[in-house]
Amino acid sequence: MIRLIATAVLLWVGVAHAQLAIEITGAGAQRIPIAVVPFAGESALPPGISTIVRADLERSGLFRGLELPPIVPEPTESSNINYSEWRARLADALLVGSAQARPDGRYEVRFRLHDVVKQQALGGIAYTLGKDQARATAHRIADFVYEKLSGEKGVFSTRIAYVVKRGNRYELQIADYDGANAETALASFEPIISPVWSPDGKRLAYVSFENKKPVVYIHSLMDGKRHVVANFKGSNSAPAWTPDGTRLAVVLSREGGSQLFMINADGSGVRRLASSSAIDTEPRFSPDGQSIYFTSDRGGTPQIYRMPAGGGEPQRVTFEGSYNVSPRISPDGKTLAYISRNGGKFQVALLDLANRQVQILTDSDRDESPSFSPNGRMILLATVIGERGVLSAVSADGRVKQRLSAAAGDVREPTWGPFTD
Amino acid sequence: MRAMFYSLIAALLVGACATEPEKPAATAPVTEAGKPGGATTEPVKPVPPVARVEPSKPGGSPFAALKDPSNILSKRTVYFDFDKFEVKDEYRPLVEAHAKFLRENRSAKMLVQGNADDRGSREYNVGLGQRRSDSVKKMLILLGAREDQIEAVSLGEEKPACSEHSEECWAKNRRDDMLYNGEY
Repeated sequence: MIRLIATAVLLWVGVAHAQLAIEITGAGAQRIPIAVVPFAGESALPPGISTIVRADLERSGLFRGLELPPIVPEPTESSNINYSEWRARLADALLVGSAQARPDGRYEVRFRLHDVVKQQALGGIAYTLGKDQARATAHRIADFVYEKLSGEKGVFSTRIAYVVKRGNRYELQIADYDGANAETALASFEPIISPVWSPDGKRLAYVSFENKKPVVYIHSLMDGKRHVVANFKGSNSAPAWTPDGTRLAVVLSREGGSQLFMINADGSGVRRLASSSAIDTEPRFSPDGQSIYFTSDRGGTPQIYRMPAGGGEPQRVTFEGSYNVSPRISPDGKTLAYISRNGGKFQVALLDLANRQVQILTDSDRDESPSFSPNGRMILLATVIGERGVLSAVSADGRVKQRLSAAAGDVREPTWGPFTD
Repeated sequence: MRAMFYSLIAALLVGACATEPEKPAATAPVTEAGKPGGATTEPVKPVPPVARVEPSKPGGSPFAALKDPSNILSKRTVYFDFDKFEVKDEYRPLVEAHAKFLRENRSAKMLVQGNADDRGSREYNVGLGQRRSDSVKKMLILLGAREDQIEAVSLGEEKPACSEHSEECWAKNRRDDMLYNGEY
């Protein structure tokens, strides 16, 4: 099991370049105070396992890492824990561990998580890894802690995709959720928009303008191979995967206008899904695959509609305001994130589909392309700060905000990948 | 269409070549879209050198007129008002001239690229640009061009003529560009 994880992790690690830097600009109200003790021997794995775990946990908005004095001897996963001492340091949870070099040049990292309040160990894991897998291993440990203490799956081992524009060059990049280990999957001198992850996280569908018009491609991330999905006469855009990953909804203009079609992932079997004299675009399937949410200006202004996935009568979903676009349904299917124009500002709104309540989540004014984290807890988005495109993330309750920016260039079109384990 | 097919093949071939086999399997290869050899790198390809031929002279290539600054056919852009898609009266003579050219030169093919300003959703803006290119295409066909001579596409907000965030700039970006075969 351990080896399996380490091997899987190896495939993800690449040369880090154009790294995104993260800045947290808000915090949750009730954060769990956790003591993440530096792992014994972790200086061999810079920047240190505990440093990455703590940063992950704090970034989630659910945890507060405690400042700790040097503790001698440093506790590890095998130490007997004096819970009342940790309670006195105001910790609700405690993470201890160690990193040890093995004779074969690899490392063994072990950890144990303790519930200080209940005075019990919550478990631990041992990993064998190469030096270049330290970051990925730390994310796995953070996922373990997050899930044990919050009851939800962590997203620290997931990846994101986005487009960076530098001068005339466009790069479709894949990075860890925190912007580390960025790799370029596609470089082009023409625009790339609307990347979306396949449900298995192995492929991206996107729109490339390299043929002087929008064409939909599917790109396999493991081998870099790609194929055309839709290149009909006119424009081909706005791909959305079905939850089973076999087909896509796309927007084609081949019969005039911008209309919704279904197409198999290999580009065969195109068929029209709906018919209107309006712009119908930005389709997204509900997680159960039963409905499609999409943007349409059939009512005079762009609004979000829902219709059965097999086609049928669309129903309007958004009513407040004159510009509501880019629908993204949450992983549990209960809320809808979208971009809403309010007094000239384009902001991320969240609609509770049960009680119809709308909440504006951001205070920026040029937001685009919202994307839920696979656990539904955060929403990644693109915005513009000082005429430069940056990525930003906001918690679904609006409390925690983060900004990710590249050292140079415009970053846009973010999309958060699925869980892959 | 055939040119598109070839450039697509080129892009795929280049994509395959970009794999770096000497690297360990850790990193997925970078695919270069439309790089060398591909007809897709340069925004506008120069037309064959026929510019010296007088367009009005019999035997001269009629395509030279498209590059003659004194000829209305050298003008290729139609601008639109905010949230509007119909061709304004001031651009009618321009569209009529191109319709006439297409009518008289059945081998000529045109790509109409519609554009939108950069406010709001990129994909909805692809839709708005498509509405603009469809509008010019429809007018050209009503004036006698053949359907199979024209492809109407949208570049959305992705290829702005002007990149500032101001009304003056947005007006320059709400446009259709008309390109003939060999120019894209």
